[in-house]
Amino acid sequence: MAAVQIDVKYVAHLARLSLTPEEEVKLSAQLGNILGYIEKLRELDVTNVEPTAHAVPMVNVTRADEVRPSLPHEDALRNAPKQGGGLFIVPKIVE
Amino acid sequence: MLNQLTISELTAKLARREVSAREATQACLDQITRVDGQIHAFLSVNPTDALAQADAADKLIASGAKGSLLGVPLAVKDVLAVKNQPLNCASKILGNFISPYDATAIEKLKAAGAIIFGRLNMDEFAMGSSTENSAFGLTRNPWDITRIPGGSSGGSAAAVAAQECIASLGTDTGGSIRQPAALCGCVGLKPTYGRISRYGLVAFASSLDQIGPFTKDVRDSAILLGAMSGVDPRDSTSVPQPVPDYAAGLTGDIRGMKLGLPKEYMVDGLDPEVKAAVDAAVKKFTELGAEIVEISLPHTDYAVATYYIIATAEASANLARFDGIRYGARVDGADPIELYSKTRGAGFGPEVKRRIILGTYVLSSGYHDAYYLQAQKVRTLIRNDFLKAFETVDAIVTPTTPTAAFKAGEKSDDPLQMYLSDIFTISCNLAGICGVSLPCGFTKAPKLPIGLQLLGKPFGEESLLRLAHAYEQSTPWHREKPVL
Repeated sequence: MAAVQIDVKYVAHLARLSLTPEEEVKLSAQLGNILGYIEKLRELDVTNVEPTAHAVPMVNVTRADEVRPSLPHEDALRNAPKQGGGLFIVPKIVE
Repeated sequence: MLNQLTISELTAKLARREVSAREATQACLDQITRVDGQIHAFLSVNPTDALAQADAADKLIASGAKGSLLGVPLAVKDVLAVKNQPLNCASKILGNFISPYDATAIEKLKAAGAIIFGRLNMDEFAMGSSTENSAFGLTRNPWDITRIPGGSSGGSAAAVAAQECIASLGTDTGGSIRQPAALCGCVGLKPTYGRISRYGLVAFASSLDQIGPFTKDVRDSAILLGAMSGVDPRDSTSVPQPVPDYAAGLTGDIRGMKLGLPKEYMVDGLDPEVKAAVDAAVKKFTELGAEIVEISLPHTDYAVATYYIIATAEASANLARFDGIRYGARVDGADPIELYSKTRGAGFGPEVKRRIILGTYVLSSGYHDAYYLQAQKVRTLIRNDFLKAFETVDAIVTPTTPTAAFKAGEKSDDPLQMYLSDIFTISCNLAGICGVSLPCGFTKAPKLPIGLQLLGKPFGEESLLRLAHAYEQSTPWHREKPVL
């Protein structure tokens, strides 16, 4: 069960997750261990095995395209950390 | 003590007008006041709302209305949406979130007359096996408060074991219903994937998650499963299979049914007392007329590794929605990216961060095929193991966990050891089949519950529950209660 090196800083950036330097060190060691354990999957020959995305395969599940009641505007905004004028308020994206 | 009743006992008393829903609800609230300081199964309870629902149920009963759960108080894991109740997933990141709508399972229970009260503690976002990952403190095992109740639905199991509600709901992604049910000595059912709609369940790993009941006996499990099952246009993965009368299927007659005993489950690290209890249960099944067959599930040893790739990959995608924009807590930043990162860094706890990083990594460019695709292919092999076994047997019998409840803090510093405590429950979710855990004995000193796991065919809950019920009714274990 060899430990695997993982660039935690880079992956955390991909995940939009800020970590403290201490968290980076700890996670790097723990994830190295876990990935080392996961390496055992490579022992298996999976040539010609189809991947399973869902245990109960169903395709093209559709329903009638009908207008149904939706969440009232004020209910949708009720949990927003910042709102105004019936909208979510976010930091400026385009100068 | 009305809080000690099962659903079937309480509904019978309510129908005969011997007791009121208000009295039953008050008995649960009183028990919470008396014991939850020690147990901490509940994150919050709103007694005024619970009693108002009870009064409404009593009015309906008085008017002659019927409902399979009319007047029955049920508590809910903090991951399911109940309209106008808090929803936090035991995480700081949701802030003061109040659900704007009901989950489909909750809607169905309300339609059957249930009183939905209380938010039950859990591992943050259902990630964990001990409920130690809650952002709001530990839940204690009612049989020994120095020990964990299991997880992630630890609050749901502890609340039923401590008689703080008649029954409860949890969710199971890799054992999160069956494992805590085993460690707290109650009945926990994970239905087949697609049996119960996941609409209104905060997603952890969408291809593995299922809602299920925690109950004091198998009959109650059958009642709640029947009440929640069925296809839902709001969840395209719910399956249009007819819903049988599960309670009516509990005939007690299991003669000629075949039970498979997988040789791969007799692992090192299986506690001798757990093994002895399961061996005795197998013997009991033969006395009841079932036939035992040794079977093989050859890819069992790869299940934990497969699970921690697939579950974390799905979680990293699902938890992207917690970004501080539309709901929950927000930590401001100079631009949106900084806002997202700071909000998520401050809002998520250590285990959730660990899994988001792992899941992001196994999906990232250059690693996707080596990890994620490989795991999906091994998932096929694991599923095929079960489908092949079910060609010859009606159900599979195993221990639910390798040991009884462990001490709080014992595994919290070693995530891999914690993950390995789920070895017997994880395959069931990967294969998408159904499983139930029920009490099958106790360890000697200290006295802790031991769980028996039965695994059934896809949509085979009827035979699964029939087997569980026949065993339960011929053994004394489900009648034992912790002293609090």
